[in-house]
Amino acid sequence: MPPAPRQPEDHRDRPALLEARGLALSRNDEPIFGPLDFALHPGEVVLVEGDNGAGKTTLLRVLSGLLAPTSGEIRLAGEPLTLARLSPQVALLSHANGLKPELTAIENLRFAAGLLGLRSGLSPTTALAGVGLAGYDDVPTRTLSAGQKKRVALARVLLAPVGLWLLDEPYANLDRDGIQLVNRLLENHANRGGAALITSHGAYAYTSGTPRRIALRGGNPGGGGPAGGSGFSRDAAVPEIRDGFAAEAAPADRSNSGGEA
Amino acid sequence: MNALTLWFHKTGSPPTAYRLAGRIMPWCYGLGLVLGLVALYGGLVLAPRDYQQGDAYRIIFIHVPCAWMGLFAYFFMAANAFIALVWRIKLSEVLAMAAAPVGAAFTFITLVTGSLWGKPMWGTWWTWDARLTSELVLLFLYLGVIGLHAAIEDRRQAARAAGFLALIGVVNIPIVHFSVNWWNTLHQGSTVRLMGPSKIDGSMIWPLLLMALATHVWFFGSVLARTRIGLLELDGGKDWVRAIALGETEARA
Amino acid sequence: MKPGSTLAACAALVRRDLTLVWRRRGDAANPILFALIVVALFPLALGPEPEQLRRIAAGVVFVAILLAGLLALDTLFRSDYEDGSLEQLVLSPHPLSLLLACKIAVHWLTTALPLIVVSPLLGELLHLAAPLRGLLPLALLLATPLLSLLGAVCVALTVGMHRSGMLLALLVLPLYVPVLIFGAGACNAAQAGLPFAAPLLWLGAALVLVLVLAPLACAAALRISLS
Repeated sequence: MPPAPRQPEDHRDRPALLEARGLALSRNDEPIFGPLDFALHPGEVVLVEGDNGAGKTTLLRVLSGLLAPTSGEIRLAGEPLTLARLSPQVALLSHANGLKPELTAIENLRFAAGLLGLRSGLSPTTALAGVGLAGYDDVPTRTLSAGQKKRVALARVLLAPVGLWLLDEPYANLDRDGIQLVNRLLENHANRGGAALITSHGAYAYTSGTPRRIALRGGNPGGGGPAGGSGFSRDAAVPEIRDGFAAEAAPADRSNSGGEA
Repeated sequence: MNALTLWFHKTGSPPTAYRLAGRIMPWCYGLGLVLGLVALYGGLVLAPRDYQQGDAYRIIFIHVPCAWMGLFAYFFMAANAFIALVWRIKLSEVLAMAAAPVGAAFTFITLVTGSLWGKPMWGTWWTWDARLTSELVLLFLYLGVIGLHAAIEDRRQAARAAGFLALIGVVNIPIVHFSVNWWNTLHQGSTVRLMGPSKIDGSMIWPLLLMALATHVWFFGSVLARTRIGLLELDGGKDWVRAIALGETEARA
Repeated sequence: MKPGSTLAACAALVRRDLTLVWRRRGDAANPILFALIVVALFPLALGPEPEQLRRIAAGVVFVAILLAGLLALDTLFRSDYEDGSLEQLVLSPHPLSLLLACKIAVHWLTTALPLIVVSPLLGELLHLAAPLRGLLPLALLLATPLLSLLGAVCVALTVGMHRSGMLLALLVLPLYVPVLIFGAGACNAAQAGLPFAAPLLWLGAALVLVLVLAPLACAAALRISLS
């Protein structure tokens, strides 16, 4: 992606980093989520909310290109995403951290850097320090706590030279410092023109700034989203997109909630 | 969208395919049964005894058509798997996976009849004859496809994975055939040729061909029957399936 | 802010996989041990007559190494799948087939090559005929990469399953049949005093072909089973 401008206002005119149109997925004809329409512009952080089993993780896997949607399309920076041609513009943090327990933290990050490239101005060591694990370079990942592993995985996302972060439950396993760290990382990423889609089942929230939210209400008919809305239909988990509670404070573009700016 | 693709989409849609298959299926079964019985009469009664093998040779009227069907079913399955993988057509996925057990059954019958034939001819139930060995490998290919399809929970993903395996198998079949033939020449001596250079009589050939036709028709009937079930399973939650299920229970009640 | 080169990615992957094998080097001896056990069982079952053992030596060693390789196949993607790094591999901007080829190469180096190295010893246990002492490792050198590559495609198809052992064997067997026939067949032909170059050349030709196609098929299979 082009060099990141400093002012968030500058991102407004650029095309959406991620755009989903009529995106839906079902498995064995059980609807998991969708149809969803939303766009993610540079400088935006969008929170995907939903109960356990609402399809948050699946949505992220679809958006990353690991999973083909049943219908609808995804555009990454204007280009349609296909399985054959995955975008080098996406970093995914999933439940499985993707870390090798036998390797040290720094070895894990070096491998990730070799695979995905390196964000300019960062090295595995500085990235590790950036997630509060300075001095843990040579500690085998196996001996780290769950929260520390999560931090190493976040460092991996931080290292990747990509504009779009897809973070699945980034707050899970983290202490209060860790939660603030995630928020800080997200804020910095948004300020340099990146965008992020994060999921949360509601226990933690992205507090700094006011992200847009997408409420998923798939799977279990009992677990509705925060807003009531239309009655539950069997075929579609109705997406609920609403702006953050304080739209006036929002730094980034808010031309419309649908997102096709 | 031109007329042809439109037609494909219409007939390929599960409810239409279900109805169409239901209409064709009984004809296939009926025709297959009639042709098969005529062919059996021709083969078991009308055809003359073989001067070398006596009456034992008559098993070829079952054995050979089944062997042909084993291969034909595999290519039918692979062709549908290819269509399913490239164009993601639901019906082809179902057709491919419906053909697998039928083809495996034909291959199994081939092996059993071959073994039955081997007892009077070679004095042993099993010989590592090139053809029988190839047939055995073919059975393993089928079992692999069926096993993989059964092991994956998501039905469509299962069909894609098993279809992919079927395509690999298509490449593998001629290679296996070639290698087994080579292997067999290396170990000459243990082989007894099943079909000598002797000319086959016309009164033997027509029941054979008729039986081949009968097995083909029967195969399609069987595949269509399985396809109907497969479509119902795949579209389990859809309205058209519910309508069928409710209609049937009402009729029974 | 640009993604790293494909070469760097492959190098990183090879380095990581080699490091992992080194860290778990206790497991690395397992295939050898398994092959040794299989080979040792034959004299116990058939009796110790050297002539009889010599007749079947090449074939038994071949089958033992094939089975040991089959046992080791399971480790190719399992840990990567479980800890999520396989996902990262698939999502990387580099050609997945190339990355998988690197993985398969490391796997072959660390599981099959040690087996080839000990194959003369295994042959000696069964009184392998003298003219085959050089031929058997050569045939294995051509056959085992084929086994690894073909096996990798099947492993990729079963990657998400918990107990895939038996299914994997079933999927792999038809693909292994020609390799076994030509590999062991070359040894048997040599033992019988027949020309043995042709099967080896066939193996070589197949290896070239499979070397190109198997990583592509493996990548396609992996995409199917990860979805």
